[in-house]
Amino acid sequence: MRTFRRTSLEVVAVAVALVVFVVPFLFMFLTASKDESESSDLTFSLPTSWMVLDNIKAAFEASDGMLFTAFRNSIILTVVSVTILVVLCAMVGYVIQRRPGRPATIANALVLSGLIIPPAVVPTIWVLQQMHVFKTLPGLILVEVAFNMSFCVLLFRAFVAAIPRELDEAAMIDGCTGLSLFFRVIFPLLRPVTITVVLTSSVFIFNDFVNPLYFLPGDENATVQLTLYNFMSQFNTQYNLLFMDIVLVTVPPLVLFIFFNRKIVAGMTSGAVKG
Amino acid sequence: MVIHTGAEAPTSGPRADAGAGRPSRRRPGRSGVRGVKAHTYPYWFYVPAGVVYALVFLVPTVISFYFAFTRWTLFESEFIGLDNFRQFFSEQSLVSGLRNTLVYAVVTSGLKVVIGMLLAVLLTGPIRSRGLLRSVIFFPVLVSTVAVGITFSVLLQPDVGLVSTVLAKVGITSPDWLGDPSTALLSVALVDVWKGVGLATLIYIAGILAIPKDFYEAVDVDGGGAWTKFRNVTLPLAAPATFTVILLSLIGGLRSFDLIWTMTGGGPGFSSDVIASTIYKTYQAGFFGLSTAGNVVLFVLVALIVYPLSRYFNSREVQS
Repeated sequence: MRTFRRTSLEVVAVAVALVVFVVPFLFMFLTASKDESESSDLTFSLPTSWMVLDNIKAAFEASDGMLFTAFRNSIILTVVSVTILVVLCAMVGYVIQRRPGRPATIANALVLSGLIIPPAVVPTIWVLQQMHVFKTLPGLILVEVAFNMSFCVLLFRAFVAAIPRELDEAAMIDGCTGLSLFFRVIFPLLRPVTITVVLTSSVFIFNDFVNPLYFLPGDENATVQLTLYNFMSQFNTQYNLLFMDIVLVTVPPLVLFIFFNRKIVAGMTSGAVKG
Repeated sequence: MVIHTGAEAPTSGPRADAGAGRPSRRRPGRSGVRGVKAHTYPYWFYVPAGVVYALVFLVPTVISFYFAFTRWTLFESEFIGLDNFRQFFSEQSLVSGLRNTLVYAVVTSGLKVVIGMLLAVLLTGPIRSRGLLRSVIFFPVLVSTVAVGITFSVLLQPDVGLVSTVLAKVGITSPDWLGDPSTALLSVALVDVWKGVGLATLIYIAGILAIPKDFYEAVDVDGGGAWTKFRNVTLPLAAPATFTVILLSLIGGLRSFDLIWTMTGGGPGFSSDVIASTIYKTYQAGFFGLSTAGNVVLFVLVALIVYPLSRYFNSREVQS
């Protein structure tokens, strides 16, 4: 009797959780598969005819292929920012962990400030303007690198702590110093955490809306999140295309999640707990 | 930048290094422990990251404390003292933004603690589908906030939206979630919880799995039930996870912007405006000094709430 009650309670809990967390995604996909008039009903129902491919094509063709540019920009932004982040933060995480002292204390304090302090928007725009990179992709890349740095340094620092110092010493005796020691001996050992950093910060940067809104404004040269936001007002009558955009923007994180579930979860929780 | 130039000097503070390294088994000669450290772990490794961080984050943060007191066009600025702050605290829309920010942050982090804890207890229990459930609950964390915002503003539409139709079937008349000033902010907060509770759940799961089994066995020996286990073992021993969840969601909630902006745009009226959205609105309207003052207000608010709280949590963790 008791196990029966337990099982039924479990079934109810699982069902509720599934409905609450899966239905919104089903709704996205169903609406994205409908034709224009059917999608404007906004109801949760199966489409009478599946228009998936037509809608993908229409979404990319809308506004002179704005979505193409946006995807290209978002991919460049994500790849370049994440590459820079990995190299810079691995170097910081290594020295910050290996060489305690005043500089490390200051660096740690700065890392924590970076996690907590909300960035000052207009002054950042002013600085980017002085550097002539405001409203450019390189400018936005700098911003993403700076704002995601703290999180990545924390992950690297924690991982370096698990690498025995004897390795550094052995390499040093072999005549490796500084850069070559780091990139030939240490950096390859950081591979597991590097993958975690790449995955989590890719998702953050690809999904970022606020920074592109401030630092790369406009319609033509936008990122995917911005075009999604702009489409919301433009496609008032074409909900199928709006939701096709949503689906397209949701696919990259979904693919990463399916393949690297554990890595992403590990990165997000350990970064959080150690912060 | 200023701070990091000090870090470049490889000879800084032998004191600081003393005792930090392991007892040296190295061959004598070479350049001594200090030189070895400088070669192996050079301080200039801080420089590339430090330059970007200083230029794009530190400098703007520091100068915001000057420009917040000016009338500013980005090309020239005129010092006007406290006028921006006076305006910030006298305009009704901005004052309600301050209150809404607090409400939003407290509601979202409170709900994430409670729901995250419950889901974690459920998902560490002996249920078959927990792997799938964990993934399903966590996935929204990885989805674009704008996409979530648009989807839910459609789902929450009055009359035709899925939420209203389902509630109507069980006889509940739902309010105009996003169109009614009294429910708009809370509706957005609920969507924020939907999107973010997966991270809280995973943090709790990690915390609960780290609790030694002995404690639960001790309760079994004493004849305690599931509630005793939860109340006397899980709850107190998962406290570090609770602290993390509260801090993270407060930091996120206080500066929250994108979800509110895509779902309500701060409306109707100013009923769901928060500080971050007034910063954007005043920036768009060209009041750069006022916008920066908003940033300073947000900075102070975050510091006043998060700093003492994390001090308190740290001291509690040391005790337990």
